[in-house]
Amino acid sequence: MTQVLSTMTGTVFTIEVEVGQEVKKGDVVVILESMKMEIPVEAEMDGKVASIAVKEEDFVDEGDLILTFEG
Amino acid sequence: MTNHTEEQKGYNHKLEQQLEKIFAGGQPKYHEKSAQQGKLFVRKRLELLFDDGEYTEDGRFANCEAGDLPADGVVTAMGKVGGQTVCVMANDSTIKAGSWGSRTVEKIIRIQETAEMHRVPMLYLVDSAGARITDQLDMFPNRRGAGRIFHNQVRLSGFIPQICVLFGPSAAGGAYIPAFCDLVIMVKGNASMYLGSPRMAEKVIGQKVSLEEMGGAEMHCSVSGCGDVLAEDEEEAIAEAKRYLAFFPANFTESAPVADAVAAKVGRTLEEIIPENQNAPFDMYEALDVLIDEGSFFEVKKKFAAELITGLARINGKSVGIIANQPKAKGGVLFVDSADKGAKFINLCDAFSIPLLFLADVPGFMIGTKVEKEGIIRHGAKLIMAMSSATVPKISVVVRKAYGAGLYAMAGPAFEPDVCIALPTAQIAVMGPEAAVNAVYSNKIEAIEDPKERRAYVQEKQQEYKEEIDIYRLASEMIIDEIVKPSDLRSVLTARFELYSTKSIPQPPRKHPVYPV
Repeated sequence: MTQVLSTMTGTVFTIEVEVGQEVKKGDVVVILESMKMEIPVEAEMDGKVASIAVKEEDFVDEGDLILTFEG
Repeated sequence: MTNHTEEQKGYNHKLEQQLEKIFAGGQPKYHEKSAQQGKLFVRKRLELLFDDGEYTEDGRFANCEAGDLPADGVVTAMGKVGGQTVCVMANDSTIKAGSWGSRTVEKIIRIQETAEMHRVPMLYLVDSAGARITDQLDMFPNRRGAGRIFHNQVRLSGFIPQICVLFGPSAAGGAYIPAFCDLVIMVKGNASMYLGSPRMAEKVIGQKVSLEEMGGAEMHCSVSGCGDVLAEDEEEAIAEAKRYLAFFPANFTESAPVADAVAAKVGRTLEEIIPENQNAPFDMYEALDVLIDEGSFFEVKKKFAAELITGLARINGKSVGIIANQPKAKGGVLFVDSADKGAKFINLCDAFSIPLLFLADVPGFMIGTKVEKEGIIRHGAKLIMAMSSATVPKISVVVRKAYGAGLYAMAGPAFEPDVCIALPTAQIAVMGPEAAVNAVYSNKIEAIEDPKERRAYVQEKQQEYKEEIDIYRLASEMIIDEIVKPSDLRSVLTARFELYSTKSIPQPPRKHPVYPV
C-alpha cells in the first residue's frame, strides 16, 4: 500500500505532513473531523510523501485518497 | 493353558497392530506436507490441549476395516482442560485431507451428543477439505448426515460453550461449524473458511483470487468478522482456546469460575488518560488497564470494527464481559460492523452468566448515505436488542460522553443497567454542544453578519447548552445514579459486581423475541 486512504466519511481538519517528508508507520498524517470528533489517520507503512490529494476543509468519503508515498 | 496364552497373544498382537495403524494417521508423505506447512499432527494437537496430554477416545476403530482411513479421519475425545471436562472433535488432515465420510460425521454427531449429556463444553479442532463427494449419499443429505452436526450446534448454542480452532480449511458446508461456534480462533497463513474455493469461484463465477483473499485467516479476522482471534501458530491457537475456556462455566446452569484476584497494571491514571477536550481521541485500552486485573484481557475480534472493543477480563478475579467504545478508532462512532460485533459478544456473555461492563465514550451511531444503505438502523437495533435483553448484571459507565442512540447502545439508564455511573467530566445528551447549537440556532447564527459577534453568540449558546447537560444536573434529576472519582472506579466496580451476583429478572411469557436480523 503506497497510499493513505480516508478511514471515515468527514472533512479534513488538519494536514500534519508536507510533500517530501519522511513518515514512519503509525505517524498521524491527517486529522479528519467527523461526527464532531477528531479522527487521526495514520500511515500504515514507512515512506516519503509524494503527493497530498486533499486540503483542509475538503469533504472525503471513506476510502478516498489522502496522500501517496514515493515508490 | 499354553494354547490359551498363545491365542491371547495373537488377539493382543492384532489389537496392537490395529492401534499402531490408527495412531499413525495418514501416509508419511501427508505428514511431511503438513509439517512443511507448520501444522501439527492431530494427536499432537490433542496432547497440547488436554491436561497432561491425556484423553479418552471413542470411535477409535471407525472404518478400521478400510485399511487406509484410520479413525475415519477424525478423533473424538473427552478429557480435562484446565481441570474442566470438555468434549473435542479433531479432523486429521493427513487422511484424505480431513474430509468427511459417513463414520466421520457419525463420530462428530456422537461427541456432540456426549457433550450435551454431560453438559460440558464442545471444542471443534477443524482442518478439513469438506465432504467426501464419493460418499455423499451416506453422509450428506440423511437424518444423521452432516446437516445434523449444524443442527446439534444450534441446539447446543447457549447450553454449553462451543469453540472452534481452525488450523486449516473449513470448506463449503463445513464452514458452518465455525459460524455456529461462540468463538473462532484462526491460525495465520493456514486457516481458511469459504463456501466456494478459489478454483470453484473461477469455474462458476469467473473470479480469480488467492485463497487468502477468498477466505484467509487475516481477512476473516479483520474484514468479514467470521474469525475472532488471529493466532500466529498452532501452539498459540491452542493456548488461546484454553485461556478463553477458563472464563466460562461448563454449561449455562453453572457460574463462571473465579480466578485469584490480581491488581491492575500500574500506569497513568484515568485523569491523565482522558483528555479534557471532548473531541480529542484517547486510547481506551489504556483506560481498561486501570480497571481490570493485569494480564487478564481476552480480546474478541480485535482487528474487526476496532471502534468498539469487546473482550473478557477479570475484575478482582471474576469474569466480566467488556464493551467499550474506542475513541482512537473512527472516533468511537458505532458502525454496522461494530453493532454486529457488540450484539454477538453481549449474547455470548449473557448466555453464560458473565456480567457486562459498558464503558461509553460514544458520539453516536454513524450517519450518512453509506451507512444508511448498509442498514445501520437495522444493525443498531441488533445491538440495542442484545444489550436490552441481557439479564446478567450490567454496569454502564459514561467515561466521557454518550450522545444520541449511543447512550442506548451502551446500556443507558432506560435499559435497566444495575447502575449508570458517570465520571465527573462526562456528558450525556442527544448530541454534543457544537452540533446541538448548530441544529437549534442555525438560522439565527447565519443572520449575524459580524463574525466576531457571531462567534460570541455561538459560544454563549454552547455554554448555556453545557449547563443544561451538566452532569450534576443529570445526577440531581436521578438520571445518573452515581458520579465516581476516576481513581475510585475500579473499587466501585469490584464492590458492585460482587453485590449483584444474585440478580434475576422475571421475563414476560413468550417463545422468543423477533430478532431484528
